[in-house]
Amino acid sequence: MKKYLFVMRHMPHNGSHVQETLDMILTTAAFDQQVCVLFVDDGVLQLKDRQNPAAMTLKDTASIFRALEIYDVKTLIVEIESLQARGIEASDLILPVQTIQRSEISALMRQYDVLIPD
Amino acid sequence: MKYAVQVNAGPYTSNAGLDAYRFIRAALQAGHQVSRVFFYKDGIYHALRHAMPPDDEIQFTRDWSGLAERHQIDLVVCISAAQRRGLLCADEAKRQGKSDDDVAAGFRIAGLGQWLEATLLADRCIVFG
Repeated sequence: MKKYLFVMRHMPHNGSHVQETLDMILTTAAFDQQVCVLFVDDGVLQLKDRQNPAAMTLKDTASIFRALEIYDVKTLIVEIESLQARGIEASDLILPVQTIQRSEISALMRQYDVLIPD
Repeated sequence: MKYAVQVNAGPYTSNAGLDAYRFIRAALQAGHQVSRVFFYKDGIYHALRHAMPPDDEIQFTRDWSGLAERHQIDLVVCISAAQRRGLLCADEAKRQGKSDDDVAAGFRIAGLGQWLEATLLADRCIVFG
């Protein structure tokens, strides 16, 4: 077993990257590996509430994020500075998350065997 | 050291695929192993059999096929990413009632399980793009 850290950095609903990275996350979890998802920079917007993706071409990724718990993906971590820079509170997010400061991120990354960026 | 490599960007979107190719050649030269390259997202465009760049430009697909043949590297194209973008192997095309055969020599189509297996067996995983 390995520990996987997925790092989400980009806006949602702009191309297919969130959905395709979510497919990797679900596959990794389905094979019983330990998974954590870290949201930094514009990636924090992937968890913003009140998205209306119906007119977008791909799936509603918010509902996939909500389903992660079923796959035992319970560790979602959001960088505080990225939230603040975008005027978002943790209460504006669709899921309960842990928050972390930028200065703590390299120590977090060292705890994982595999790092996959979105 | 055993490496698993993932390529996420198309050949004409960024240099990520070229960087991956050069990294792999350098790693092999230095005595490391690269067992599998997983082409995901727009990276699947590296596998197009019928890509025909002008003669005086880099031949991405041909270079990957050559690398795979010389060093027995498994070039895996993600099936869901490929289907979304219209890249079909002959078998899959037949199943869909189509007559495509788009996958270049040395590449094969498979699922994300092959990516996960590569990351589990490797000492290091590197993502390009």
